Amino acid sequence: MKMTYREAVRQAMREALAADPRVFLMGEDVGRYGGTYACSKGFLEEFGPERIRDTPLSELGFVGAGIGAALGGLRPIVEVMTVNFSLLALDQIVNTAAALRHMSGGQFSVPLVLRMATGAGRQLAAQHSHSLENWYAHIPGIRVLAPATIADARGMLAPALADPDPVVIFEHAQLYNLEGELPDDWHCDIASAAVRREGTDISLITYGGSLPKTLAAAEQLAAEGIQAEVIDLRVLRPLDTDTLAASLRKTHKAVVVDEGWRSGSLAAEVMARIVEQCFFDLDAPVARVCSEEVPIPYAKHMEEAALPQVPKIVAAAKQVTGK
Amino acid sequence: MIQPPSGPVPWDKDFAQKLLFDMLRIRRMEEKCAELYGAQKIRGFLHLYIGEEACAVGALHAILPEDNIVATYREHGHALVRGVSMDVIMAEMFGKAAGCSRGRGGSMHLFDAATRFFGGNAIVGGGLPLAIGFGLADKLQKRQVVTACFFGEGAMAEGAFHESMNLAALWQLPVLFCCENNLYAMGTALARSEAQTDLCAKAASYAVPTLKADGMDVVAVHEAMKLAVAHVRDGLGPFFLELQTYRFRAHSMFDPELYRDKAEVEEWKTRGPLHTFSARLKAEGKLTEEEFLVFDAQANAEVQAAVEFAEAAAWEPVEDLLKDVYSP
Ligand SMILES: Cc1ncc(C[n+]2csc(CCOP(=O)(O)OP(=O)(O)O)c2C)c(N)n1
Repeated sequence: MKMTYREAVRQAMREALAADPRVFLMGEDVGRYGGTYACSKGFLEEFGPERIRDTPLSELGFVGAGIGAALGGLRPIVEVMTVNFSLLALDQIVNTAAALRHMSGGQFSVPLVLRMATGAGRQLAAQHSHSLENWYAHIPGIRVLAPATIADARGMLAPALADPDPVVIFEHAQLYNLEGELPDDWHCDIASAAVRREGTDISLITYGGSLPKTLAAAEQLAAEGIQAEVIDLRVLRPLDTDTLAASLRKTHKAVVVDEGWRSGSLAAEVMARIVEQCFFDLDAPVARVCSEEVPIPYAKHMEEAALPQVPKIVAAAKQVTGK
Repeated sequence: MIQPPSGPVPWDKDFAQKLLFDMLRIRRMEEKCAELYGAQKIRGFLHLYIGEEACAVGALHAILPEDNIVATYREHGHALVRGVSMDVIMAEMFGKAAGCSRGRGGSMHLFDAATRFFGGNAIVGGGLPLAIGFGLADKLQKRQVVTACFFGEGAMAEGAFHESMNLAALWQLPVLFCCENNLYAMGTALARSEAQTDLCAKAASYAVPTLKADGMDVVAVHEAMKLAVAHVRDGLGPFFLELQTYRFRAHSMFDPELYRDKAEVEEWKTRGPLHTFSARLKAEGKLTEEEFLVFDAQANAEVQAAVEFAEAAAWEPVEDLLKDVYSP
């Protein structure tokens, strides 16, 4: 069946709400407005205001309330409009949700699902465009997911809700309008990376909103005789290094593509793991394509220049393969 | 609560006409922006102020050049009345290097050091703590400066509002909190987000004096603002002003407006600040239809020139991408 990424997110939530009365959705404008990205359009009429809860502008307050509700036996899906605004709730996410289980000697777990949009590409300037997935991936105690395909957007929510620990799901804002075929079996785990394209010459490792660009780069490289394997990390914490290592043993070369800033990026972590685990399999230094180290600008040409783009990925892959 | 004055327009003809003209400039500029958005010349988020013009105009004409202004993402009107030229505002929205933020901020992040216009903040409530800092700096350096901070009623649910009010009151800082209460935070109506919908009562709980004014009436706004500014400038501590207003357009260009009735919008439009004020001035003999038409033509000409300026302006070279991340 053909559908958009947005529709896949919507169906996943709708199914979760219908299947389990403990599940509810909470966040700014999820109800009457229909969701800022229209992912919950019509839900208010279908499930009522108890379960589709519009919240005031209080990120700290309602994320904290989600944690309490999860502890109290519910299965909240909390939507934060964008990762930029989640910084107002960082204390609750980092100091409470992620730490509670450990701090309490394993007594409490927090079965919370936190969804947020991330990423640039829509000329929304710095305060609406950042990619801070890596900050969350740094924190022990949470699982961090980045569905990059329609199937993952459809399939990741149910296992996230079933996970007894807090799960943060990043939906890249540029993906909502992505249209494609939902495969018959869209069920997925939330532990492993996925090979999105097989190849033998180089591994292109990416996630989230950079996957379509990386796949496009792989097509261009194929036209020039370079067969790239494309790995979608999907799970940013804990990272599935087995899939990476298997790919590296085959291709011996890698480029990591990450919309986060280069310094301290997730790409840096992936490179470190490759060096730790696959050093003797490598035929060339590992390279990365990240965002330039600048708050994302508004002007279109400058925004494009700041972000990883297909030509940059192609160039990096050619450099690494020496072609 | 202090009561704002009422009655006939208490201003001379020139001043009254100036405020009318500034409202017209904002209106015409923003109508053009909506059109340019449709033509994809302006991109990203665009939050129009149409319907709320009396707030920025009435308020900012009560403020001095040395005062600080902190605003939100719905700040085109504030920037314009503050004295940022329409040319550079328009260029900013186009993303051109000649824009007031070099095209790096766009509609939501207008900044202008010369007029002490400090944004342009797209994090709801994000500007309030900043205003506290300005107030502290001015107080410590014994400057008789006022920091006027504009925000929507939605921001009053954020912790940042409460922390800022508390600090302003505790330290008796020269900060003027101007809440533009347009009843909706995106699609969330005030009553759906606040247990206490009397915003002045909320502010008063911090022992800050408050005043409510009709934000659709530029006279009421300006007179209330004068009282508020005098209080703050005299060193009597912070002040909270609620301007009761309404936006006639959607929250942003992406908003399908599912949350409010067309009838409600139409009802509020009958109180539109431009036509009610011009009608009042005409009735009092302070404006003729001919004068109004001249003003309107001037505003339109200014808009036209701004668009031409923005169209002709250069793009910042990509080689400059990493400029201004750190100071040199
Ligand atoms: C911290 C934060 N949360 C959410 C948003 C998304 N958002 C942008 S404007 C807005 C509504 C704010 O309403 P209000 O403060 O009343 O101002 P108005 O738009 O009505 O002028 C929301 C929720 C944001 N920009 N920042």
